[in-house]
Amino acid sequence: MPSESEIYAGLTEIFADVFMRDDLALTPALTAKQVEGWDSFKQIEIIMSAEERWGIKFTTRELDSLQSVGDLVRVIGTKAG
Amino acid sequence: MTDLHWLPPVPDWRPRLRAFTAAPTWDEAVALANARLNFVLVNALDEAVRRSFPQPPPNLATKTVRLAVLGSNTLTHLLPAIRVAGLRRGIWVDTYENDFGQYHQELADPASALHAFKPTAVLLALDAYHLTAGVTAGMDSEAADAALAEVRDRIRETWRLARDAFRGPILQQTALPLHLPVLGNNEHRLPGSRIRFIARLNDALRSMAEEDAIDLLAIDDRAARDGIGKWHDIALWHRSKQEVSPTAAPLYGDLVGRWLAAKQGRSFKCLVLDLDNTLWGGVIGDDGLEGIALGQGSALGEAYVAFQDYAREQARRGVILAVCSKNDEANALEPFEKHPDMVLKRADIASFVANWSNKADNIRAIAQELNIGLDALVFVDDNPFERNLVRQELPMVAVPEVSDDPTGYPLALADAGYFEGLSVTDEDRERTSQYQGNKARDLLKAAVTDLPSYLRGLEMQLVWKRFDRIGLQRIVQLINKSNQFNLTTRRYTDEDVVAVMADPDAFGLQLRLLDRFGDNGVIAIIVGRLLANKDLDIDTWLMSCRVLGRQVEPTTLNLIAQEAAKLGARRLIGTYIPTKKNAMVKDHYAKLGFTVMETDAAGGNRTILDLAQYTPAETFIHVVEG
Repeated sequence: MPSESEIYAGLTEIFADVFMRDDLALTPALTAKQVEGWDSFKQIEIIMSAEERWGIKFTTRELDSLQSVGDLVRVIGTKAG
Repeated sequence: MTDLHWLPPVPDWRPRLRAFTAAPTWDEAVALANARLNFVLVNALDEAVRRSFPQPPPNLATKTVRLAVLGSNTLTHLLPAIRVAGLRRGIWVDTYENDFGQYHQELADPASALHAFKPTAVLLALDAYHLTAGVTAGMDSEAADAALAEVRDRIRETWRLARDAFRGPILQQTALPLHLPVLGNNEHRLPGSRIRFIARLNDALRSMAEEDAIDLLAIDDRAARDGIGKWHDIALWHRSKQEVSPTAAPLYGDLVGRWLAAKQGRSFKCLVLDLDNTLWGGVIGDDGLEGIALGQGSALGEAYVAFQDYAREQARRGVILAVCSKNDEANALEPFEKHPDMVLKRADIASFVANWSNKADNIRAIAQELNIGLDALVFVDDNPFERNLVRQELPMVAVPEVSDDPTGYPLALADAGYFEGLSVTDEDRERTSQYQGNKARDLLKAAVTDLPSYLRGLEMQLVWKRFDRIGLQRIVQLINKSNQFNLTTRRYTDEDVVAVMADPDAFGLQLRLLDRFGDNGVIAIIVGRLLANKDLDIDTWLMSCRVLGRQVEPTTLNLIAQEAAKLGARRLIGTYIPTKKNAMVKDHYAKLGFTVMETDAAGGNRTILDLAQYTPAETFIHVVEG
């Protein structure tokens, strides 16, 4: 099972590709509203990249429950490994 | 498999994209598009390119395209992939997507944004849910037939509207077979089955397309090969009405891109093939006719036959075949003339170039001989060094990324879609013989390839050690199998090699070459012996032909001189003993600065190098003892 810091490190790489910027610091409280360009399409890019990276598949309920980066990290942590 | 597996991974892609953003050029944009990208990176590249090139750059060799993508579901995520696929082929593409579900209304309304866009081509991407609306298992066959007729009429009507409004070509996407069966294996007995309805519609689309001169985007065929799950994610459909999964978008875009290129007559026309370890297993010059892997008897031999068969199938529909091989021509021709399992014959090859020059120059010569552009050539070679040389020197030549397993070669060519064709003529089927008929072989032009800069960038390391027990097996194998680059062709047993190891007045060297693409393994063997007069006789110098043209020879000489000096030698003696197969190294020592002392009637020679006068050659290879 990946550690929380490994998940943050992986997500940081994913976010860097999705938003093409290296300066995005991921925190548990970070939400889509706070990041320019984080729309539903980018959300799908993030989700599918995470699924590929950790070899997991999110359920519809899990996706609906995501409110913040912290939620995403928690769900990945419970599914991966 | 929906990834762009035939395109090479580019490790420094991200920094290059950032550099591109700071100083954009169209050529670099095209280069970045020709890498193995996932959908996230495709989107990133598209964003950067659209910002830098909101308008097509001037003087493009290709026609710009304004593509209207019309459909009944969410298509937004496919547009970047389509634009990047155009970019991959040097085509600047602008796209338009209709308001959700409004494709028919916009087509019919001359005042719509669609009409204002003035498309030069139309892609009609109707999703399978939309196409089966109203179709249900409760239908009898009459009702199902009527529903099918209605959908066919509606599609025809859409084509007519698009054709009347815009003059450009129309590309109709076939329907994805994404429905689940309700009856089971004998689903065909259920008239109102949705999955059967889609299959029947896709059949009908093929004949309708013939009648109306429409081209198809056959994603139903792709899904049959890749698995529908790679193309359609039901959860995403529920969430965002994306019929084609974003992960399949790069491939979807590429399928559209190759159609756009084909419409401009820009499909590739010629397949240039390496020989050793590409058309057969092994090295013909070393292994001989009986030693190469080809034909029944081994899985490897069968795989090469299958690849040759695929190449011949391409030739029979109009692709020109050529050969570009580092070989003596006589050796290279031998399997074509004598091997019973060769599928390809000499007559199938329109241009046959086998020599020891670098492949970029030889590929230029092939294009010239066939009188076609370099951008019409696809080059297949198992050797990463050659692939990357050609990519760097001739970026317009397509070079599919392949492994050393020939099983995957037909798939790489098929999935890459280089030769996308929209029709076949009688002329196509006779193409190779036409090229053979009117060809006049020009002499190869003087080398113009900037080899030094390529070699510098390779970060080559020559790692050498004395013979040892661990390397014994490989040393003996190389000594007994190398025929071409082998100065004396002296064969050694295990015991002979061990004797060299024990002799204080001799050295045996095993040389391994590494570069940024990987480890080439042990590629050269040297045996040197100190004679009573303090001359060092180079008893054996052999090398794998795979590493020719990479400055390994002068670097090896530096090493021999160094080791000879340690034994107290004053001069090096180099001997060439001719055989049927080693003519390529006749002047090896003379080229390295040795003085020829004697030649014999058989063509052999004996040469000398005075170590006191010798200055080590400067090369791009870093020498490491290891």
